[in-house]
Amino acid sequence: MTTLGQVFVLGRRAFLRSIRQPGQLAFALVFPLFFIIVIASGLDRASALPGFPANSYLDFMLAIPFLHGALFTALNSAIELGRDIDTGFLNRLALTPARGIAIMLGNLAGGVLLALIQFCVYFAGGMLLGAGFEAGPLGVLVLFALGALGATAIGATAMTVALRTGSPEAVQGIFPLFFVLLFLSSMNIPRNLIETGWFRWIANVNPVSYQIEGLRSLVVDGWNGQALALGFGCALGVTALSLTVARTAFASRLTRT
Amino acid sequence: MSAIVAEALVREFKAVRAVEGIDLEVSDGEIYGFLGPNGAGKSTTVHILTTLLPPSGGRAVVGGFDVLHEGPKVLEVIGAALQEAALDPFLTGRDHVRLQASLHGLSRAERRARGDELLERVGLTEAADRKVRTYSGGMKRRLDLALALLHRPSILFLDEPTTGLDPQSRNALWVEVARLARDDGVTVFLTTQYLEEADVLADRVGIIDRGRIVAEGTTAALKAEIGTPTVQVTPANGDDRDAILRALHGHGEPVAGAPGAVAVRLDPQYDLTDVVRALDAENLRIEHLELDAPSLDDVFLAKTGHRLEGEGGGELEPEPVGA
Repeated sequence: MTTLGQVFVLGRRAFLRSIRQPGQLAFALVFPLFFIIVIASGLDRASALPGFPANSYLDFMLAIPFLHGALFTALNSAIELGRDIDTGFLNRLALTPARGIAIMLGNLAGGVLLALIQFCVYFAGGMLLGAGFEAGPLGVLVLFALGALGATAIGATAMTVALRTGSPEAVQGIFPLFFVLLFLSSMNIPRNLIETGWFRWIANVNPVSYQIEGLRSLVVDGWNGQALALGFGCALGVTALSLTVARTAFASRLTRT
Repeated sequence: MSAIVAEALVREFKAVRAVEGIDLEVSDGEIYGFLGPNGAGKSTTVHILTTLLPPSGGRAVVGGFDVLHEGPKVLEVIGAALQEAALDPFLTGRDHVRLQASLHGLSRAERRARGDELLERVGLTEAADRKVRTYSGGMKRRLDLALALLHRPSILFLDEPTTGLDPQSRNALWVEVARLARDDGVTVFLTTQYLEEADVLADRVGIIDRGRIVAEGTTAALKAEIGTPTVQVTPANGDDRDAILRALHGHGEPVAGAPGAVAVRLDPQYDLTDVVRALDAENLRIEHLELDAPSLDDVFLAKTGHRLEGEGGGELEPEPVGA
């Protein structure tokens, strides 16, 4: 079986496992939508600020559920990997001809597929709430692609923790760290309108800001080459780096001869 | 030809040696019982032989392939059910079969036919479409065995396959393992801490303690090595004890026995009928007569200085893969 075939088979398993845990799935679907409804209605007047880049705060925030969903789904995938190590399921896979990279990518693929389904719900929810979308139908595909890349980047990072520790609890433990990164970004307000110096500095160096701005540009600007290049560039960079580190962690975890 | 060969196999975890120079050889089609208490080094040895853990020293060849340098080829000829029946609680039995058969490269038609055949053989056809989290411990073990056999391995590693199972499930597994060796010619390397399991199933037994093999052979030979059986005779009348001792003189050597009983360790060429005739000739009334043959636990005691049964824990537990 080819490596791609193995990724498909293992991704299917990861996807099935996830959709058979409705509690977990419901949270990842409901929370981001709930968040956007509450925040967008509470902070709608912020869109009247001079220099605010969107017509409404709902438009401005529409990108955020995509990152929230990516975060929940990717972390859940990494938690499941930690559980596989903990329970010995990884040993079961190691006793088959499955390649290490296929085991890693299969786990990620299942999570990303689930994230893509969630993205459909977020997008439809946003449209129903009255959000606009400037980039048109092709832009929706790009929005989903960038969101999926974000899920891959977060998933690969969290997977490294799972592989290093072999503990699902340790992966759960890094959730606040990702949330802090989200809050210390341009999630709630454009970077140029952040007046607190240290906050603006962190938002400027935080790759999450660029990921958000890439997603957001499709909603509020249409086709903004620079924002998209930065968004895809940051997500790709983090993904490549995380996958490299995760692969090393995988090799030391699975010392198969 | 030997299915499994290990020479001076060593595995160290930091400063501790879990396996200390194991030598063993398992013939094709043989059931080899690897008997020892918790933490003796059984699972670590299995992990090395199944390529999951590189040895720190020594060499092992499985199915004709070196475990260190030809791992993928070893995986083609072995199947393994490790200590924990590591199954995904959210997948069904059939999902597991499909996943594992696909990874082993079985075609779609072969996957279905072989999967159905094995699920039926282990009695899981009706439960095949239920999530594994609804399975009992015995069902999980049986599914684990079916998964290990999917790609028709010639060598099967079973790491404590019956630990925690009820007697019925345990017997069913024994029957299937014996059938695999007898009918399919599969070589079985079975670790266990249960004396009875080794006694019933294994053609040969290796006894491991603190990372070393302390005895090896057929169970009959190992038992014979440590001594002949002891006959214990309890007279109906306590005053007859001396008469019994006189009657049994010439059949063996008196040893300490149960209170009120006369115990004699029989000579190597003993014949129990002669013993009974000797007692009958003296017209003695016997309340109870018992023949105590040495057990594998006695063998373990003789070889290690401590008993296997009732022991456990405290020693080094093999670490998980890659730890």
